[in-house]
Amino acid sequence: MIAELGHFALILAAMVAVVQAIVPMIGAHKGWDGWMAAAVPAATTQFFLTAFSFSALTYSFVVSDFSLRLVVENSHSLKPMLYKVSGVWGNHEGSMLLWVLILTLFGACAAWFGGNLPPSLKARVLAVQSSVAVAFFAFILLTSNPFLRMGIPPMDGQDLNPLLQDPGLAFHPPFLYLGYVGLSLTFSFAVAALIEGRVDAAWGGWVRPWTLAAWVFLTIGIALGSWWAYYELGWGGYWFWDPVENASFMPWLLAAALLHSAIVVEKRESLKSWTILLAILAFGFSLIGTFIVRSGVITSVHAFANDPERGVFILMILAVFTGGALTLFAARASAMQAKGVFGLVSRESALVANNVLLAVSCFVVFIGTIWPLVAELAFGRKLSVGAPFFDAAFTPFMVVLAIILPIGAILPWKRAKLNRAVKQVVPAAILAFLIAALAWTLQTEKTILAPVGLALGIWVVAGSALDLWSRCGRGDMASRLRRLTRLPRADYGKAVAHFGLGVTMIGISAMNAWQIEDIRVAQVGERFEVGAYEIELASVDQVQGPNYYSTMARMNAYRGDRLVAALTPEKRVYPVAKMPTTEADIDNGFLRDIYLVIGDAQDDGGWAVRTYIKPLANWIWAGAILMGVGGLLSLSDRRYRIAAGAAKAGGGGARPVAAE
Amino acid sequence: MIRRAVLAAAFLALVPLVAPAVQPDEVLSDPVLEDRARDLSKGLRCLVCRNESIDDSNADLARDLRLLVRERLVEGDSDDEVIDFVVDRYGEYVLLKPQTDGSNLVLWLAGPLMLLVGAGLGVVYIRRRNAAPEPAAQTLDAAEEKRLQEILKE
Repeated sequence: MIAELGHFALILAAMVAVVQAIVPMIGAHKGWDGWMAAAVPAATTQFFLTAFSFSALTYSFVVSDFSLRLVVENSHSLKPMLYKVSGVWGNHEGSMLLWVLILTLFGACAAWFGGNLPPSLKARVLAVQSSVAVAFFAFILLTSNPFLRMGIPPMDGQDLNPLLQDPGLAFHPPFLYLGYVGLSLTFSFAVAALIEGRVDAAWGGWVRPWTLAAWVFLTIGIALGSWWAYYELGWGGYWFWDPVENASFMPWLLAAALLHSAIVVEKRESLKSWTILLAILAFGFSLIGTFIVRSGVITSVHAFANDPERGVFILMILAVFTGGALTLFAARASAMQAKGVFGLVSRESALVANNVLLAVSCFVVFIGTIWPLVAELAFGRKLSVGAPFFDAAFTPFMVVLAIILPIGAILPWKRAKLNRAVKQVVPAAILAFLIAALAWTLQTEKTILAPVGLALGIWVVAGSALDLWSRCGRGDMASRLRRLTRLPRADYGKAVAHFGLGVTMIGISAMNAWQIEDIRVAQVGERFEVGAYEIELASVDQVQGPNYYSTMARMNAYRGDRLVAALTPEKRVYPVAKMPTTEADIDNGFLRDIYLVIGDAQDDGGWAVRTYIKPLANWIWAGAILMGVGGLLSLSDRRYRIAAGAAKAGGGGARPVAAE
Repeated sequence: MIRRAVLAAAFLALVPLVAPAVQPDEVLSDPVLEDRARDLSKGLRCLVCRNESIDDSNADLARDLRLLVRERLVEGDSDDEVIDFVVDRYGEYVLLKPQTDGSNLVLWLAGPLMLLVGAGLGVVYIRRRNAAPEPAAQTLDAAEEKRLQEILKE
């Protein structure tokens, strides 16, 4: 009964979405206030109906209602509660329901917090957002209904893939979807502005927080996925350039470009048509990502669902929305006239360079991802494009980006003097050079990779600190420190996010260049040396878990005679899914991770054991967290809070003035 | 339903993420050769896996390929000879880094060309903005004027 109500609510939500896609659009065109205002209650209703539908499905998973096909295929009565709940979106149908839930949530948020938007723009934004929702409601109801019943309910479910039974992965999809779908609102703003034929600084100000929020969610989602891969896959890889990873990385790159170019629109009234184009493309890549993941057209490690009918449907959604938006763009882009004038050396120019680099690097990832498909269809060549290609073709863009970032970030708007900006960041360059030289002399194996990567990372980190410091003006130390505490949060956001990027770069270079790996057969009781540590295999036991059997090793890591860590790597077998997994055990440290994996029993009574010492591993994710925090700081900046306040006061077209 | 279950099972069997890849008995005693073997393995695809190198994969076929690579190295082949040998047997599908010949030039040159185009457009745009006259002070339209009066009255 609950499931039928959920299904019914979903159908109702779809009908509300149809109304919301049409009525406010006509209202905005004709200037009818009542029709435009209909968008707000419609968006609210749509969201609550979808939320009810999603709750109904979640309830079925929680109580293990095995008369639902989806629950049978993706759950089991013995599963821990957390994974029963995460099982809701650990499959195709449920994840699409989560997708529309978030889509309607963003629509509702725009309705609730968009009080300071001009009524016609708001009506159009909500109508466009709702038309995207219509497409996805239709997709779910026609091809992926999560509420199908079983003719004969079985006694128990078929479990969820045990690899997915993990807290990191349980929350990886919701964050990614918040990011993907967050870009839908940016898309709606772009299309609405094209229909309206008007993009001004205010538009940039409205679009930016949504882009920023989407980007923060994408950052967290990608970092969670990569962290999961790091400790779950058993050899400490954290990024594989897998098509599914690329699918989330491409929107991230474009969202990063977009949130920078929207600053130029907001503050300088330039780059308007480019920003609109980016907004369309960013959501287009979200749809491409959904297509890649959901259709399984480019099969990869992650593709668990595979069905051509669904793939074609998503491809049609992609074609209609990006195709339509791009056509509209072609017709209207010329109306977007730039106003701001700026010199060759200026913050604007630096941001143009940032956008070119981010967009082209996204294009490289895209080409690499689809090339196997193109080569096979067009040239009859069956080939692979893997990590070595992306490492070679993508990395240079990030290197150039890192080189120009600290200088670009410190340049003033309009017209700048290059030598003045360079002078400001000289300390960062010196620090980067000194640390790189130190690393070069200290490292045992002479690789050039690590010192260079380290230097770039330090350059970005120190550059962002200098940027913040330079915002405090001149004068004595005390007055500068006083100003430091009063800087707008957007300034802190920018510095912290850039700082985080640098930290991630440092982590990646150190881990790639200086990782120590040891593979051997160890007898129980044996002690062996790996790098600066001694590892002891104390014992190996058979243990039973709640829904698995485990071979658990007790291992100790010593430094000299001091016990550094006692770790228990496991090998598990999940009998219901008939699937073995490797559970590495990791001693996380500020400067290094000790990463232990237990392998198979050997004929001579020993065990295959792998030990990795991974320098600065956690910096990779710490940097991602910092980027996210930077985004949130920027999002909490005063001008956005004032904007929210102005909305409550009912200020029609008032625009928050940037604290610049 | 049954077809689905079979499909799912087939998928799960393909998921190659389980045990660590390179086994202790594969490791060559000569560390220099072993290093070369590891480097080569990272560029070769495990044929039954999805987007995994034979260095990462625990599939039996990946192990066979790892042993083959090591065998060739011990026989005294150069890195290129080993790669050629593997490609002759399994086709270019086995290379994770595609060759730079024929149609693959599109793949390799797309990025640099796009960068040139992007940089070109960027420079043209910046120069135009640089040369553009300062816009005249904007005048308010009637609605904005009215709104301004309202704000001033408050």
